[in-house]
Amino acid sequence: MDKSEIDKIAKLARLRVSSADANEVTARIGEILAMIDQMQAVDTEGVEPLAHPLDAVLRLRADEVTEVDHRDELLALAPASENGLYLVPKVIE
Amino acid sequence: MLHLTVTELSAALSRGEFSSVELTRMFLDRINLLNPALNAYITVCEESALAAAAAADQARVRGDVRPLLGIPVAHKDIFCTRGLRTTCGSRILRDFLPPYDACVVEKLRQAGAVMLGKTNMDEFAMGSSNETSFFGKVGNPFDTGRVPGGSSGGSAAAVAAGLCPMATGTDTGGSIRQPASFCGITGFKPSYGRVSRWGMIAFASSLDQAGTLTKTAADAALMMQAMAGLDPRDSTSVDRPVEDYTGELGSSLAGLRVGVPRPHFAEGLSPGVEQGVREALAELERAGASLIDIDLPNNHLSVPAYYVVAPAEASANLSRYDGVRYGYRCEEPADLEDLYTRTRSEGFGDEVKRRILVGTYALSAGYYDAYYRKAQRIRRLIRQDFISAFEQVDVIAGPTSPHVAFPHGAKADPVEMYLEDIFTIAVNLAGLPGISIPAGFEEGMPFGLQIIGPDFGEARILNVARQFQQLTDWHKRLPVSTAGES
Amino acid sequence: MEWEAVIGLEVHVQLSTRSKLFSGTSTAFGADPNSQANIYDLAMPGTLPVLNGEALRMAVRFGLAIDAEIGRHSVFDRKNYFYPDLPKGYQTSQLDYPIVGRGSIVINLEDGSEKRIGVTRAHMEEDAGKSLHEEFADASGIDLNRAGTPLLEIVSDPDLRSAREAVAYLKKMHSIVRYLGISDGDMSQGSMRCDANVSIRRPGAELGTRTEIKNVNSFRFVEKAINFEIRRQQDVLEDGGTIIQETRLYDSVRDVTRPMRGKEVANDYRYFPEPDLLPVEIGEDLIEQIRAELPELPDARKQRFASEYGLSGYDAGVLIAAREMADYFERVAKRCGDAKLAANWVSVELQALLNRENLDIVASPVSADSLADLISRIRDKTISGKIAKTVFEQLAAGSENVDEIIERQGLRQVTDEGEIEKLVDRVIAENAAQAQQLRDGKQQVLGYLVGQAMKLSRGKANPAQVNQLLRDKLKP
Repeated sequence: MDKSEIDKIAKLARLRVSSADANEVTARIGEILAMIDQMQAVDTEGVEPLAHPLDAVLRLRADEVTEVDHRDELLALAPASENGLYLVPKVIE
Repeated sequence: MLHLTVTELSAALSRGEFSSVELTRMFLDRINLLNPALNAYITVCEESALAAAAAADQARVRGDVRPLLGIPVAHKDIFCTRGLRTTCGSRILRDFLPPYDACVVEKLRQAGAVMLGKTNMDEFAMGSSNETSFFGKVGNPFDTGRVPGGSSGGSAAAVAAGLCPMATGTDTGGSIRQPASFCGITGFKPSYGRVSRWGMIAFASSLDQAGTLTKTAADAALMMQAMAGLDPRDSTSVDRPVEDYTGELGSSLAGLRVGVPRPHFAEGLSPGVEQGVREALAELERAGASLIDIDLPNNHLSVPAYYVVAPAEASANLSRYDGVRYGYRCEEPADLEDLYTRTRSEGFGDEVKRRILVGTYALSAGYYDAYYRKAQRIRRLIRQDFISAFEQVDVIAGPTSPHVAFPHGAKADPVEMYLEDIFTIAVNLAGLPGISIPAGFEEGMPFGLQIIGPDFGEARILNVARQFQQLTDWHKRLPVSTAGES
Repeated sequence: MEWEAVIGLEVHVQLSTRSKLFSGTSTAFGADPNSQANIYDLAMPGTLPVLNGEALRMAVRFGLAIDAEIGRHSVFDRKNYFYPDLPKGYQTSQLDYPIVGRGSIVINLEDGSEKRIGVTRAHMEEDAGKSLHEEFADASGIDLNRAGTPLLEIVSDPDLRSAREAVAYLKKMHSIVRYLGISDGDMSQGSMRCDANVSIRRPGAELGTRTEIKNVNSFRFVEKAINFEIRRQQDVLEDGGTIIQETRLYDSVRDVTRPMRGKEVANDYRYFPEPDLLPVEIGEDLIEQIRAELPELPDARKQRFASEYGLSGYDAGVLIAAREMADYFERVAKRCGDAKLAANWVSVELQALLNRENLDIVASPVSADSLADLISRIRDKTISGKIAKTVFEQLAAGSENVDEIIERQGLRQVTDEGEIEKLVDRVIAENAAQAQQLRDGKQQVLGYLVGQAMKLSRGKANPAQVNQLLRDKLKP
């Protein structure tokens, strides 16, 4: 993994890697990936991926409205809101 | 009084030896005294604790005899508490006031427990030393120059130092068991799905599980009795009856088959820990158990697989921290991308960012099969290893961690830190229950014996741990720096 | 040389559940901003999803209706991207194991022909909120009421060859989801939305590079947007240019499509199985139970209307497009006993009334029973067809009982021979010249004389009787 790849990944994750840190971050992540790469030595042909330790199926919920309006309490947690809306810098589509 | 077990405190409260208010007051005073040095708590809620204690005392007068009534508890700051700051050890949530209680918080409150406050932790539970917290490192009560382990380091240190008699924790790769080992206490991680994750801030959803930090296995059983059970709000919470954990604590170990995994005694294990754990196993043998060597052939792949699965899930779980609806937001964002990028870069610490990057990479186009899917296949192999092992044995036992607690700053290399969890991580990947109980000391620092059970074998391993604690007194050793006041 | 358009549609249908896909928050339309956004919908830390069983049943219902394979083992995935209207930073959707697999839909073209369009798949996912860009000068406002509303995303094969076919496909989809009662399909409210993948090629050639047009919110705009895009691609290619694979927005004011800004960063969605949910297993018993509850669907109903009521394919097609219209028609036809007359009245007079008043059939001021009674009075000759229109207008204005209107206003048709004879005699006397012409064999004036008689009777005389009597009296 090189710096340009770190940049691409950081962009996807909406994180900034400053140029001062870039070498350090790239090296650390390189070490982690090297450790992870031990997996590649194992033949897992035909092994079904396990997404979840639970061997169970999904429970379903009845289609009922159980939540009430807490808008004011919830909006009060927002760093920026006005007229009942959450505010973000202008989005251009 | 400060070093009594929950079981003992419960008995004393019911005999009227002291009130919950007196008990709570005593713990609050001790927190005021020792927390500046230990930094085990991020937030203490004195007023509401005393009010809850008073309510518990009144309930007792009315005839309420529930075992946890009036017993103080500390919650890892990963559990949301209504109206009480919940930070997850992160700057990005440093002022977050959840409008709801986590299921675990709710259940312990309903059981009569008195919340003292919120304990320190590695940021978003990502760490094995409690050094990644935005709120500062935590001291190990046995040597404040050393780490308490992590990520539930604040909870472990608080129990060990007598800043609370019991605490909640979460365990994604060893985050209850390893700090319990480092702090000389009992740390219990139930099977995946046994305790609701609702209101518990997610790190890696398919691995996270809430559990307990207490002085004894009997105390863990008492807490678990209150915490376990189906929660319809958590789709991964299991619908199966909760065993009578406290009622099954008296079973003999005669005939118990204990699997001893060879890979857990491989190189890298410190000699003192190895010797102590072997003596602990011998103790079980003397109590009637038989020791059977087993192989967990894919154990060495658990750390690599974990560092794909956990960061991948975390990378998505932590996307919600974007500075829009709650939490930290950067100053004066220039545009939307700046809002996201600066909020997250300023709000998350280095280890969290590192794991988000690793997880993002593992899921990104072109790498998914080589990393994420591969890790999931290995996850199945690891689980199958345990399933095969449990065909021959009733429990598996070995060291919790290869070493005793290390000094702050000793492990600056992330990979070296990750490998500290080599004995605990596979248990999370397989979804099994595990417990760490004090089993000896090396260089004056405690270490733990880990006992692993089959799926939903909570009662069984709690009983084995309890029997061990009937035969030994490692769990009664107090840290010198904090002893002598009980 | 000719160009051939190749079009595939991704249709998002909002499922009409009471609560959201993964939370118990109301999905009602039109509430105050963020009043229907609770802790899970806002992605508050520690909150978890629980699947709405009704949304799942609706998705299966759709799958069965288009003869699709149902995903017995269906898995939710996280689709990762950052956007302010997506609180979790990922959309819970389905990638490899959708709830509905391959199926097909027959579309009806304007020339009366049919075409079968393949449906690649349909999967469940949650809707996003809304970004409001006009409200503030230097900020966008985010309303998360819609976030988490259940959607069924239905992906067609690239089988459509023109904007008209695309519209026919959408109309059929609209009809199906409404018949199934799984969505109101209202495009103006966003309950049904459409993204179109459009490319052009020389007939028989390889597929061309496609563009995706987003944000098209009416049948008419779908047609215009696709037509614009086909023309645009033709112009580009004929000028020697190349088509760039990109997402474009349709601007209905200027009737153009333009590249979408802000999405220029190529997205890597990093799908992976949603660990907060377990796989959905759908058993045979559930499928059979849902199948048994399926209503008669548009195609079957059209066939039945043709065979049972003897309607033309066209008439049947018009009547079945909306389930409520078809129900209305059947009720009228059964009660009055004359399906053709019923079809005529429903698709002409009633439709004109509804259009004029801008009303939906369910809000029709004339009930099916009243219309049936009206038709019955035509059939038993109590009133003429012409008078019936007057009565119909009064029903539309709020009167309820057909017979009362007829009696109260004396609209009953005059069939009494004596009365009609008096009337005819008067017409002959008053129109002597024309009467003479008829006697002289000039048949053309008969119509005029009948008209005078009807006028004189204010429309109440039985025209057939008037006609006959005039002929008899003015025989050459």
